[in-house]
Parts: sequence; structure tokens; C-alpha cells
Amino acid sequence: MVHLAVPMAETLTFPSLQYRAMAPILIVLGAAVLGVVVEALVPQAARRAVQLAVTLGGLATALVFVVATPGSELGVVAGGTLAIDGPGLFLQMTILVVAIAAMLVVAERRVDPAGDAFAPRASSLVGSGEEQEQTRRGWSQTEVWPLSLFAVGGMLLFVTANDLLILFLALEVMSLPLYLLAGMARRRRLLSQEAAMKYFLLGSFASAFLLYGSAMLFGYAGSLDFAAIADAFRDKPGQLGLQVIGLTLLGAGLLFKAAAVPFHMWAPDVYQGAPTPITGFMAGAVKVAAFGALLRVMYVALGGAAWEWQPAFWVIASVTMLVGVVLAVTSSDIKRMLAYSSVAHAGFLLLGVVAFSTAGLSATMFYLLAYGLTTVGAFAVVMLVRGPSGEAGHLSSWAGLGRTSPVLAGVFALFLLALAGIPLTSGFTAKFGVFAAAIEAGGVWPVIAAVVASAISAFFYLKVIVLMFFARPGPDAPAVVVPSLLTTTAIGVAVVATLLLGVFPQAFLDLASGSTPFLR
Amino acid sequence: MNPTNYLVLSAILFSIGAAGVLVRRNAIVVFMCIELMLNASNLAFVTFARMNGTLDGQVVAFFVMVVAAAEVVVGLAIIVTIFRTRNSASVDEPNLLRL
Repeated sequence: MVHLAVPMAETLTFPSLQYRAMAPILIVLGAAVLGVVVEALVPQAARRAVQLAVTLGGLATALVFVVATPGSELGVVAGGTLAIDGPGLFLQMTILVVAIAAMLVVAERRVDPAGDAFAPRASSLVGSGEEQEQTRRGWSQTEVWPLSLFAVGGMLLFVTANDLLILFLALEVMSLPLYLLAGMARRRRLLSQEAAMKYFLLGSFASAFLLYGSAMLFGYAGSLDFAAIADAFRDKPGQLGLQVIGLTLLGAGLLFKAAAVPFHMWAPDVYQGAPTPITGFMAGAVKVAAFGALLRVMYVALGGAAWEWQPAFWVIASVTMLVGVVLAVTSSDIKRMLAYSSVAHAGFLLLGVVAFSTAGLSATMFYLLAYGLTTVGAFAVVMLVRGPSGEAGHLSSWAGLGRTSPVLAGVFALFLLALAGIPLTSGFTAKFGVFAAAIEAGGVWPVIAAVVASAISAFFYLKVIVLMFFARPGPDAPAVVVPSLLTTTAIGVAVVATLLLGVFPQAFLDLASGSTPFLR
Repeated sequence: MNPTNYLVLSAILFSIGAAGVLVRRNAIVVFMCIELMLNASNLAFVTFARMNGTLDGQVVAFFVMVVAAAEVVVGLAIIVTIFRTRNSASVDEPNLLRL
């Protein structure tokens, strides 16, 4: 008989909540709830404008609060569950900027004769009489806005979570709306629904792994708190089984969201099937949130076990880059190619994570800012190039785009060069940072793999550029939609950021390195 | 009774769930297997809470139950929509997304 000491009447002390430090998260989630109310109460004609105002207003207010957070508010707040620190605020700022740009693209209504890129009612049967009737009467739902806001709220929470429970909750608050958003495309609904189902089943599978890993770490450390787990790794030898199982499963759950090999299978399917504005949002903002959480977990909670996870992560990073670029070379669909390129970028980002140093942390954060904005811009351009039955996905239909619409093709070429990491674009500065941090940490071979992967990646990015500017337009040449001010602004922001972070990166590099290190 | 037995049970349940996700073909059954994995984690959390003498693990179990309920709402919405379109909930049949 084992006697177990469980306190029978443990007094619960209510934690003091620092509302100023938590304000951005509360504002975004509050705006999401307001959006649900708007959906129910505001008449059809005015609903879209009100939702747009609530969404952009909420995100912009939250951004102001993040940027204006006074230094005195920094710290571990809400009873130790949230760490509002330099990296947390930098990542929250990045998520909000990327989300605002992505929401401007989501709001675009000129891409389709019937309106925006989303199904009027995602639940009604494709092509049914019911759906035609709804389209004829112009009945449409605008739940894409509150869902996106909930996802952003989850991301803001995810990058500041300082506790295994909050980490899991934030992951789910972020993911559940995204599963639904992936299935809401107006055109090619079957593909979109298939993407939603794959994303949902694989995403929940990964969340279950993360949760079981959290349970093992809780069993090992006796606490959910990241700082307490770090102390346990330092002071409490033994129970290697719990340590290793917990670390592996938790890492697998996080690497799934980051789309690193071997947990990348969902990325191409989901990126291709989801509505393109949502793909841009996912590729940009989810990547930031996933790597933000990964950085905090690995640096704060599992920092004491770096010798356990670093070797595995060097291998995962190298394999992710190489697999990503090789698969990108073989794909003939533009969204699929960008998806595999995002897998490759996950590998480059992992180099910064595995470096396990202040330099690695700030380089990864800078990379996320640069990559997030460039990606949102690239997917916005993909959305504008359309054939008769929706977006011109196949690469062959992009031939000669530089002759018919030189400005758009030029902008897309800039984004591709940035993704390839050509000097004077943000991608070069970002890659240089993570490579330098990885070399400093002794990862010479992974960096050689990264340089090889970059060289291969330049091939398929330049292939698209050559196709756009030096090939003749085919018979099925797509039409380019002239976007409204909303998308133009988003693409403009992405172009400016891509050039600014490439030509004058110093201010942002200083901001990123000044934001380190993590508080615990 | 030795609490380690509950951990063994939770590991068995988790493995059954994970294996079910990989081998079963009906989306609803796959989803049920994922729920089984979540509940196995709950059991592990509660057992560790008892072994460590803290209440944190039991609190986690409540939150996970709420999250699982929310996941059912989202998951069934997606699966039912697919079923209405295709008259099947097989995870193999939707295979339009490829190179």
C-alpha cells in the first residue's frame, strides 16, 4: 500500500492579473467575441463593413498596445502562466503586423464575380439548389472575420505561454478556427473541404502528442510551469524515460505546427486546398506563432536538456531544408511550390532555434518577421492571377505574365528573390543571421546543408521568374485582377518590408537583439 | 493500488488511439481514436497529480475535456460537410490534392 500525500483542503489563492500586460490578447479575443455578436445582430447589408472595422480596429489597437508596452510591465504575469517579455512582445508585434496584412487580403472582393474568396455558407451542399438560392439572394455569412480573430488571439497567447496548460489551450484556440477557415473556399470547394479534413485530423493527432508529452514532463517535474521544469532538468537527475518521452512528444507536436520534416505532410495539401488569403495567413502568422512557442519551450523549459535535443534538432533542420527544396523542385502548382518552400524555410528557422544562443534567438525572430510579410505578399499575388475557373494554379499558366502585367510580375519576382535569399532583400539578411548563429553554435555541417539547399531553392524560384519574363503567354493565359485598395496596401506593405529589411535592416536587427532574452 | 499501473493503462490507451488513427479509414473512427489519446493524457495527468501531490494535473484534465468538446464541434462540422458532399466519411476517398 502506497500512501500518497494529497492536500485535502489546499487553499486556492486567486492570482493577481496584470491587465495592462495582457491587454493585446484580451483586446483581440474581445474583438472576436464582438464579431460573433455582429454576425448575429447586424443586418446583412452592413455586416461586412462592420466586421471589417471590428477586425482591423481590434488588431490595430492590440498592435498599439504591444508597441507601447512600458518596460515596467514586463515580467511573468497572471500567476506565472504568461511571460510578457522582450521576445514575447516582438513575436506578438510580428503576428499582429502579418495578421493585419493578411486580413486586408481576406477582405478583397474583386477576385471573384460573386464577391470575396469565401463560400457564402460553407455548410451548404456544393452546387445544390439551396446554395444557388443563397447566392441569388446575396445571403452570405462573414464568420471568416471572428474565426480569424480567435486564431490570432490564440497565436498571441501561444508565443507568451509560460505553462504547459496554457501552451495546449493556446494551440487549440489557434488551430480550431484555422481548420474551419481552410474549408471555406468559394471555388474548388471539394479541394478545400479535403484540406480542412486533413488539417483537422492530422492537427488534432499532433495536439494529442503534445498533450501526452506535457503529461510526461508534468510527471517528471511535478509542475506545469516552464521555470519549474527547467529547474527540475537542472536539479533532478534520473527518470530519463519520462524526460525523453516528454521531450520527444512535446517537440513532435510543436514541429508539426512549424511544418518541419517528418511532420510536414499536411502542409502542401492544406496550403493548396485552403482559400488563398487564408493560406497566406497560415503560412505567415502560424509559422511565427509555432516558432515563437518552440523557441520559448526549448530555451526556457527544456534549456537544461539542450544536450538531449540539440543533436536531433540539427538532423531535423538539415533534413527539413533538403526535403523541402527537393519537393519544391518537383511541384508544378504554384501554391504547392510555395508550401514546400515554407517547409524548407522551417528548416532554416530551425537552425536559429537549435543554435541555443541569444544570437540564434534574435536571428530567428528577425527571420520570422521578414518571412511572414514576404509570404503574405506572395500569396496575395497568387490570388490575383486567375483563369476561367478560379486561380491559375498550374505553373505553365504563369508563362509570359511579365509581358501582360509587368508590375505584378515584378512584385512577385521580388518576393521570390527574397524567399531565395538574394542580397538586398529581407531574405538574405534573415538567412545570414541564422547561418551565423548556427556556425557559432558549432553546426558547420547543417549550415553547409543549408547553403546547398539555398542553391537548389534558387533554381525553382528563378524558374518561375524566367517563366514569367522570358516565355510567351500560352493560349490559356490567365487574367490578372486589378485589386482594390485593401490588397494593394497589403502587397505594398510586404514590398516595403522586403526591401527595408534587406537594405536597411539595422534598426530591426537592433530591435530583435534588444528584445532578448526570455524571462522566466 | 500502485499508481504506476494507471500510467501503464494510460500508455496502453494512448497507443491504441495512435494505432487506430493510423489504421482506421473512417474519419469518425479516426476522430474517436484521437479523443481516446486525449483521454489517455488526462489519465496520465491525474495520476501524476496524485503521485506528486499537487492539484495542477486535475485542473488540466478539466481544461482538456472542454477543449475536446470544442474539438468535437469543429471536427464533426468538417466531417459532416464532407459526408454530405461525397456520401462517405472515408479518409482515403478525398484524394484530389496531389502534385
